[in-house]
Amino acid sequence: MSKFKKQKSGDLPAISTASLPDIVFMLLFFFMVATVMREDELMIENRLPNANQVEKLESKNKLIYIYIGKPSAQYQKTFGTTDVIQLGDKISSISEVQTYVNSKRNDMSEDIQDEMMVSLKVDSNSKIGPLTDVKQELRDAMALKINYTAKKGDPMKNMNR
Amino acid sequence: MAKRSAPEVNAGSMADIAFLLLIFFLVTTTIEVDSGIQSKLPPPVPDEVEPPPIKQKNIFQVLVNQNNQLLVEDELMEIGDLTEAAVAFLDNGGGEGPAACTYCRGERDPASSDNPDKAVISLVNDRQATYNMYVTVYNELVRAYTILRNRESEARFNETFEKMYLRYKEWPETEKETPEYDKLGLQVEEIQDLFPLKLSEAEPQEG
Repeated sequence: MSKFKKQKSGDLPAISTASLPDIVFMLLFFFMVATVMREDELMIENRLPNANQVEKLESKNKLIYIYIGKPSAQYQKTFGTTDVIQLGDKISSISEVQTYVNSKRNDMSEDIQDEMMVSLKVDSNSKIGPLTDVKQELRDAMALKINYTAKKGDPMKNMNR
Repeated sequence: MAKRSAPEVNAGSMADIAFLLLIFFLVTTTIEVDSGIQSKLPPPVPDEVEPPPIKQKNIFQVLVNQNNQLLVEDELMEIGDLTEAAVAFLDNGGGEGPAACTYCRGERDPASSDNPDKAVISLVNDRQATYNMYVTVYNELVRAYTILRNRESEARFNETFEKMYLRYKEWPETEKETPEYDKLGLQVEEIQDLFPLKLSEAEPQEG
């Protein structure tokens, strides 16, 4: 009995918090590594329109992104102010679309190549012209599953801005 | 004097710093989930193949010109009325005999579409029209199909098509072998077959 009483007397030993930073750092690194900020560096303006008939997209490894829009301010000197197409990290011409799609498709593993989908991220203020050209190219490249990427929202708001 | 050991640096605040960083990353990084309107392009057509004939009354013509004006069946229309017009066209069910539509609740106008399977919406847009307008029009047309599918789905399965489809899509991966999943798949297919999405985009007009 007396053994227990002896220990109670005196100060409680402080719990060592020295390993706490390690735990938290581990969490921190996990989040830093796991979260992807953005797929591609955008060189164009890209404000997506609103739509309400949207579906969630497939997982990222089945997606190919094509961006269309005006070059952003710092690139307007080189690329002008008309709508351009961006493939990956650089602004490209319409003739490169097929090659880009095909090379991306070949990078995918064989069993998901059929499920490949092209996500068209088109700026809401751009003209349809380039988009139509891209769609023609995609048809020729047999990339038929496409998606007009849009924000979930009221489509009527598109019109008055 | 003997060597004095260096005083230990207090590491107690390290946790606070790390927590601060952790919370910063937790808050700022959003795992972006994109969403969008699904669509399917027609496969490339060889030149010599003639497109199958479609009766004029089974075509619902939607035209967007360079000033973003909407022309439906040769008449100017406000975008807000488009869905209603499309629903009326698809749900018309003016066909007789084998082309009759038993589940349509439209006006059965013989001058409009025979049945939803034959009805085609043709969307033509000028190259100078904006993408805003295009997406809105496309969205409204898809919405017309969704409205009709919801109606039939509620009548048959007591659940809107949207909910049913979402349930089907988000079915847990491990339970896809169950009969419930197959049944749901058949239900989705049934509704989709009642109102098949026939949205044709003609070759664009030069602007």
